[in-house]
Amino acid sequence: MAEEVKLLKTWSSPFGLRAFWILKLKGVQFDFIDEDLSNKSPLLLQSNPVYKKVPVLIHNGKPISESLVILEYVDETWKQNPLLPEDPYERARARFWAKFGDDKVLASIWNAFIKQGKEQEEAIGLAIETLKFLEEELKGKRFFGGEKIGLPDLALGWLANLIGVFEEVIGVKLIEKERFPLLSAWMQEFAEAPVIKESWPPHEKLVTKFRAIREPYVAAAAQPK
Amino acid sequence: MAKSDVKVLGAWPSPFVMRARIALKIKSVEYEYLEENLGSKSELLLKSNPVHKKIPVLIHNDKPVCESLIIVEYVDEAWSSSGPSIIPSDPYDRAVARFWAAYVDEKLFPALKSIGSGDGAEAKKAAIEQLIEGLVLLEDAFVKCSKGKPFFGGSQIGFLDIAFGCYLGWVRVTEKMNEVKLLDEVKTPGLFKWAERFCADAAVKDVMPETDKLAEFAKVLAKLRASGKWN
Repeated sequence: MAEEVKLLKTWSSPFGLRAFWILKLKGVQFDFIDEDLSNKSPLLLQSNPVYKKVPVLIHNGKPISESLVILEYVDETWKQNPLLPEDPYERARARFWAKFGDDKVLASIWNAFIKQGKEQEEAIGLAIETLKFLEEELKGKRFFGGEKIGLPDLALGWLANLIGVFEEVIGVKLIEKERFPLLSAWMQEFAEAPVIKESWPPHEKLVTKFRAIREPYVAAAAQPK
Repeated sequence: MAKSDVKVLGAWPSPFVMRARIALKIKSVEYEYLEENLGSKSELLLKSNPVHKKIPVLIHNDKPVCESLIIVEYVDEAWSSSGPSIIPSDPYDRAVARFWAAYVDEKLFPALKSIGSGDGAEAKKAAIEQLIEGLVLLEDAFVKCSKGKPFFGGSQIGFLDIAFGCYLGWVRVTEKMNEVKLLDEVKTPGLFKWAERFCADAAVKDVMPETDKLAEFAKVLAKLRASGKWN
């Protein structure tokens, strides 16, 4: 039976990019559709009725949603170039850091991005505290996955390009080389890795998009209270 | 393997701690259970989970594993030759189980908490509606996953049973304290019967807190929250 693998994502979604990366890294043949989220396709609505979000992986007609779930599914289904180690303890650690990235890092960086004034200062402080855990975890490692890219690298990979975009829009450096030497080195190495380096969405287009997303927050903060 | 090689740091009211303990029971793993006083966290907890400082933590041969669902998968993998499998064997079934486990944590549990949070009648009504909508979705998932068998995992409890079932104590407390029916025999008949089977299961019944005890705890917690003494 011919394998049919389809990925629903958007041009800019970092979550969709994760799924794109793992399929490419595994050499899986797949088609992808960049959705317009203001006009979601019937396929998307039908494949992810619970959240109606991207990414969705459709494998031989069967849909899988939630990017971290997709990563583990792909890793288990296509066994070449494994993203998770064999050892149960190392697997637990990889999953822990992937989850930490989504639960804490993403949330703290987003707050630093959208908040204004004093609230932003506090949010930046909190983001830096959160990033310190990542810096610590990289000690003695090239990637979060060890010698090569693993699950937590794909989960945290959005940092490698989006941090630059956010920093440009808010005019504040979040990941300074002096404070985060290991994280900065990782971001660069990840960004330039084979497969990854060809996949980044255009920088200027991302800056325009996120500047527009930030606008209402800036405007709201400028309103007299 | 000596009992002290495996430790669980927990708190008896926590649904997340239950997950770890159910998994260990399924695999017949002996362990030392250490009840944490959450007003004053132990050195061992702070050292074992420096990132979140939360329970449950599983410590196996001095190596800590954190995050309840990650612990469940770890137990399944580390003791793979002992007892039945917890996670489904088919990758697609696994993906479905993980999807719904994430849904339960991200959508159902916050809705459940906000029913009892005292934010006013409107907010409470909205939270109840949201929770019931979620339970209806899970009813559908139950029918699909169980395929006529007693549990999400089939003939034995599995990953999704554990992920969702651990909340049943709090569901019952919320029903009792807010005089509302959440798991309804008519709206969610499959889940209604599944809940009884889950709570009676050998791997569950010794670690599921009694509803009355949990209700007492909930009242104390509500008072502490109201006075600002609990975050």
